[in-house]
Amino acid sequence: MLKILLNRILIAIPVLLVVASITFFLIRLAPGGPFDSEKAVSPQVLKNLNEAYNLNAPLYEQYISYMSNAISGDFGPSFRYPGRSVSELILTGLPVTLELAFYSIIFAVIIGIVTGVIASIRKNTFLDYFPMSIAMIGICMPTFLLGPLLVLIFGINFELLPVSGWGTLPGDKFLPVITLGAAYAAYIARLSRGGMLETLNQDYIRTAKSKGLSEFQVVIRHALRGGLLPVIAFLGPATAGLIGGSFVVETIFQIPGLGRFYVEAAFNRDYTMILGTTIFFSTLIIIFNLLSDLALLLVNPQARSQT
Amino acid sequence: MSNSSDTMWRDAMHRLMQNKPAVISGAVLLLIVTLALLAPFIAPHSYSYQNLDLGAVSPNSTFWLGTDTLGRDLFSRILYGARVSLMVGFIATLVALIIGVSWGIIAGYFGGKIDSIMMRFVDILYGLPFIIFIILLMVIFGRNIWLLFLAIGAVEWLTMARIVRGQVLSLRNQEFVLSAIALGVDNISIFFRHILPNILGTIAVYATLTIPQVMLLEAFLSFLGLGVQPPMSSWGTLIRYGVESMEEYPWMLIFPGLIFTITLFSLNFFGDGLRDAIDPRSE
Amino acid sequence: MKHPYVSIIYLFLFLASCSKVDSLVDQGLDDGILHFGNGSEPQGLDPHIVTGVPEHHLLTSLCEGLVIANPKGGDNLPGIASSWNISKDGTVYTFIIRENAKWSNGDPVTADDFVWSWMRILTPSLGSQYPDMLYYIKGARDYHQGMNSDFSQVGVKALDPNTLEVTLEKPYSFFIKLLSHYSTYAVHKPTVLKFGSIDDRNGEWTRPNNFVCNGPMNLYSWELNKKIVVKKNPNYWDVEKISINEVHFYPVSNESTEDRMFRAGQLHITNVIPQEKCPVYMEQNSPYLRIDPYIGTYFYRINTNHPILKDKRIRQALSLSIDRELIVNKVSKCGQTPAYSFSPPGIGGYYPTTSINFDPEQAKKLLAEAGFEKGVNFPKLEILFNTQEGHKQIALAIQQMWQRHLGIQVELTNTDWKVYLSKEMIGDFQISRAGWIGDYDDPNTFLDLMRPKRGNNKTGWENLEYDLLIDEANSKLDPKERYEILNKAEAILIDEMPIIPIYTYVRQYQLSTDVKGWDPNPTDTHHLKYVTLSR
Repeated sequence: MLKILLNRILIAIPVLLVVASITFFLIRLAPGGPFDSEKAVSPQVLKNLNEAYNLNAPLYEQYISYMSNAISGDFGPSFRYPGRSVSELILTGLPVTLELAFYSIIFAVIIGIVTGVIASIRKNTFLDYFPMSIAMIGICMPTFLLGPLLVLIFGINFELLPVSGWGTLPGDKFLPVITLGAAYAAYIARLSRGGMLETLNQDYIRTAKSKGLSEFQVVIRHALRGGLLPVIAFLGPATAGLIGGSFVVETIFQIPGLGRFYVEAAFNRDYTMILGTTIFFSTLIIIFNLLSDLALLLVNPQARSQT
Repeated sequence: MSNSSDTMWRDAMHRLMQNKPAVISGAVLLLIVTLALLAPFIAPHSYSYQNLDLGAVSPNSTFWLGTDTLGRDLFSRILYGARVSLMVGFIATLVALIIGVSWGIIAGYFGGKIDSIMMRFVDILYGLPFIIFIILLMVIFGRNIWLLFLAIGAVEWLTMARIVRGQVLSLRNQEFVLSAIALGVDNISIFFRHILPNILGTIAVYATLTIPQVMLLEAFLSFLGLGVQPPMSSWGTLIRYGVESMEEYPWMLIFPGLIFTITLFSLNFFGDGLRDAIDPRSE
Repeated sequence: MKHPYVSIIYLFLFLASCSKVDSLVDQGLDDGILHFGNGSEPQGLDPHIVTGVPEHHLLTSLCEGLVIANPKGGDNLPGIASSWNISKDGTVYTFIIRENAKWSNGDPVTADDFVWSWMRILTPSLGSQYPDMLYYIKGARDYHQGMNSDFSQVGVKALDPNTLEVTLEKPYSFFIKLLSHYSTYAVHKPTVLKFGSIDDRNGEWTRPNNFVCNGPMNLYSWELNKKIVVKKNPNYWDVEKISINEVHFYPVSNESTEDRMFRAGQLHITNVIPQEKCPVYMEQNSPYLRIDPYIGTYFYRINTNHPILKDKRIRQALSLSIDRELIVNKVSKCGQTPAYSFSPPGIGGYYPTTSINFDPEQAKKLLAEAGFEKGVNFPKLEILFNTQEGHKQIALAIQQMWQRHLGIQVELTNTDWKVYLSKEMIGDFQISRAGWIGDYDDPNTFLDLMRPKRGNNKTGWENLEYDLLIDEANSKLDPKERYEILNKAEAILIDEMPIIPIYTYVRQYQLSTDVKGWDPNPTDTHHLKYVTLSR
């Protein structure tokens, strides 16, 4: 297992390098520089600005200097917010996004597994069709549709919950978490139902049942382990989607997270911020994929050959 | 050999017909696609003509689903939006299909080192924050619809590749293929006569399931302001406008949102039904 | 990170209590805290570097210039300068710096502070985007453009710690108006130099705990993308007049969210009003609705280098076939007024007499004269604008008008903000949407734009007569005479039409009825010593 771990880490490094390089050159190609503004900048001033941020040097020189700094964790100053470094901005937005993601996953996992398991053991009954149809809606409804709808119903019509902010007013974390977690809850419900059904058909389950174990015991003690495999496998790749989803949710609910920073940086051509965040997100995804694979191996050693 | 694939198809179709929800979804889809194709002929009003004096009105007999803030007929806009969204869905899926299926076939058929390298590549790409790249591409290069197809397609092909590769791999190791190889039949014939017919079903299923993913992605980009360029308005664009006006003119959000969700719903359900029909063991 | 269960308990308590919690606005009355919706996250606090409106609001609370804007509009009032003297020929200004003007750390504000600060903004390597505010000073332009590296040649001197003498290139009568703009503020030299050199853009001197300035408030905390808190500065020279204890600035960029926050009592002031809400609030006669005059013009730039658009008649035809009344009444719908001049009427007391009729017949005639009768053979033109719903709707409306009245086709191209800017900058457009907000309350801030070779001109239009008229006007001391000449220049502009004015901006926002003394001000400057909270 250690070998697999090392293997993955070894791959991760060139991947990050490639990601960073592609991003670097992509944004340099972009029309529209970081200092274009409505009040025209005189060529003289533009030259000075570019000078200050080392943008006049030949491209490969900038590349090398950026990369060597990045390796030590220095992503340079933000172009848009003079006086702030990219690392600082990332560290401000990161805890918020992580918290949002964490709560959303917990929400999704709890609701998803419970629903999926119940649906699987009450297959083809109302307890199966109804939740699964809702789950399907959860998958089909985009976050930016669900979010505003929830805001409309719970924030405005019934005035139950705050419609913006994170940690400012009590209860303002509910709507964003539900919005972000809904689609994942739906996926997890379907996955766990599928996984449970497959497991429940296995011989050893039949044996357990014939031995007289209660349904509850069969499910919890024997079937759950196998049934949850697909869910665990899903969690890694889910991170990538969560990051994307967080952009939307953070925008709708005005949450000061990293996703919102990233989208703004892209629109503002804040080169260093874009690069820093991209590298950061990629690292995050790689780590989470790794963790997910490890967890999978722990729970089911047979899966090793399939990865 | 072709006999068995014939009966296989017939059995699959039979099972599919038995699956009521899947059939209904299929019918709904057919309806929506037809309406979308016929949009230029059946739309009661122009989708772009603004009636500034009118502004936004709720559904009535002239404007069946109401109008938006510029006085444009919502029903017509939804019809035309269907064309755009579905087109993006189909074409981007096609891109993903072509890349992913070819990739998976090559990897799965030749196996060994080739397979190893190709799938390792897929694994690596799986770990990338594609959303970030797509956003970047759209922001940088503008909202070119071809770029959109390419970008979205380039994200979705990975799953397709994995699944096709798995299928081809297991097929290839089956008796009838091994014996064909032993008999000296060339690769191309083997591929067309034995492999392809047996994976068509899987491809169809996953294509059907990829389309809604693509449409969601496009809608997401439109929400951020990065999707299709006006004057083309996809459902995602309509939803975005609807969100902005949802308190004052809720119909602007409800109708596009509803039809979008229903379409995705049907696609997913139909895809599931197809999958169940072709391989009843995989619930 | 709170345990998830705690949140669930919260929910039950919240629902169970069902009592009305005191809103931030309610509490603000007792605490003297003003909750301010400030649009996008401010770039920073360095008055010599920033360029935007959110920064303007922040800096107005934290620092004070030689003069301050009169809340009711009109001439500026004394600020850090208690009085000033203008020489007979209008080129030498002598400012008396208040004895009791202090920085927030207790240091007295001296004339030398202003000399050093103006040297800083004119230092080329700092990369300020507003150096031209001070170009009216003798030798300033040369210093900034690197033709002279000795700042003592520039016409600003500290005669003694409390006397600042400024010598201008010409008797610019609007000079005082410039001085309430934040780019002319003084910065605290020891603080800036403690954290970097004079031209260091990334110095940390603007952080909370480091920042020192001379205005009513002091920077207390800055949570990125969340909230900026400023608290009363006890060392402000006029602190007795300040009744507000704190201001909390919220960077809410989503208009609908901001609107909801206001309605939920979380904000006293919003930055904007969502487009579809404005007509609703107008109809309801909402007591919170504020539509204030603003010195800004919404217009279309025309690339006069384009083979077709270089013909003045075509530009006029385009302008005459726009129904501006329809646009402000049916599209933007928020109290804007049609613009028949480039300078907003009333700016600094200047009322241009130019007019543009909505005259499709005349437009058709002009188009025919130019050789494109009924629009036949007229090439397809492109309107460029940055992606935003409001701009798109106006562009769509104008597209239809030109189609209907002139028979010509136009294409709409929207790009994101940065791309739009760079395309305009390099002239890669035919017609582009633009907006200009004046930096100070004088028509020069508009008319100067269209002079030849100005960076913000971007149309390629260079008219010598226009240029000379403005020069002549700016050397006139008598405002009436000056405005007469400017009016002539404006008439040339409207005749030649390198830009098509569409409407005059307004500042539309919501204001809690608890906020008193918040008068409509054309530059949107509201000094805190006139603002109080009461119910």
